[in-house]
Amino acid sequence: MEQCINRNEIRPIASSAIFAKGMRDGLPIGLGYLAVSFSLGIAASGSGMSAGQGFIASLLCNASAGQYAGFSVIAAGGTYIEIAIITFIINSRYMLMSLAMSQRLEPGTSIFHRMLMAFGITDELFAIAIARPGYLKPIYSYGAMLMAMPFWAVGTSLGCVAGNILPTSLVSALGVALFGMFIAVIVPPSRKNKAIACVVAASFLLSGTAAVAPYISAVSAGTRTIILTIVISSAAAVLFPVKNKEEK
Amino acid sequence: MPGNVYIYILIMAAVSFAIRFVPLALVSGKLENRFFQSFLYYVPYVTLAVMTFPAILQATREPVAGALALAAGMAAAWKGCRLFAVAAVCCITVLITEFIIYF
Repeated sequence: MEQCINRNEIRPIASSAIFAKGMRDGLPIGLGYLAVSFSLGIAASGSGMSAGQGFIASLLCNASAGQYAGFSVIAAGGTYIEIAIITFIINSRYMLMSLAMSQRLEPGTSIFHRMLMAFGITDELFAIAIARPGYLKPIYSYGAMLMAMPFWAVGTSLGCVAGNILPTSLVSALGVALFGMFIAVIVPPSRKNKAIACVVAASFLLSGTAAVAPYISAVSAGTRTIILTIVISSAAAVLFPVKNKEEK
Repeated sequence: MPGNVYIYILIMAAVSFAIRFVPLALVSGKLENRFFQSFLYYVPYVTLAVMTFPAILQATREPVAGALALAAGMAAAWKGCRLFAVAAVCCITVLITEFIIYF
């Protein structure tokens, strides 16, 4: 009987297999998210956010650096405009991923699928979706999202709880975990690529200077991040333009 | 005057979604602008570096612990440690440094 169904309904079974493949590929990503989002939760608790608020923020935003920057603005009591701009600037790289995915969708893919797939664009989920051959299958992304994204939200709320109940010595130590992860993202490419190394060094230098220099140190840390990101990334784009994909 | 946390979260969520959705929904052609592509290529490195320093100095109870964590984390990442290992190195550096200072 089962075999009968298998033979007669090839399409649904094929898509459920793709869904299962997405789930399998999404699980290790989810486990990795747990550690990062836990660190993010520690930062959220430092901003005075509850575990529930951290959970909601992570469920809706799915962005590590973007959320961290947002939490910093919340902690500083910044304006709504400031949090909107900083979220836009720091998450702007997702535009590039979204654009890349738009080139690989089957023509006629519904707006509903586009919305759901857009919601699931993170560095890791984008990477596994785009690595597959042919048209992007929404069902594959849904499987991966289902396995990975809940870990992001749960990890954040666990981090919030830990940040509120652990002794200060441990919270102080765990507070640098997220920075450690940022370092792990920026240092290895700096070793391989001189342009990135220059950009990272300049960012450290200018960010340190901006925090103590007259006038600019008076504006909030969030606004400084916005200004420095635009200025340094623009300068880098002019000085070290990236080769187009065809040239690589 | 600090705003409402839920409004902050909703703004973050709306902007994060719009960035991901608009290109996927509306763009059918290819992105040709080399400056824009290069700009977006460098943004993650710049923001992460800018947000890490000097903020890491203020994240710990003692700025020197944050500074040592930064140095240790960069050394670990340079040596090829992965995400989780680098984070652990940073945390342990702070734990030990502050233990010595407060001992």
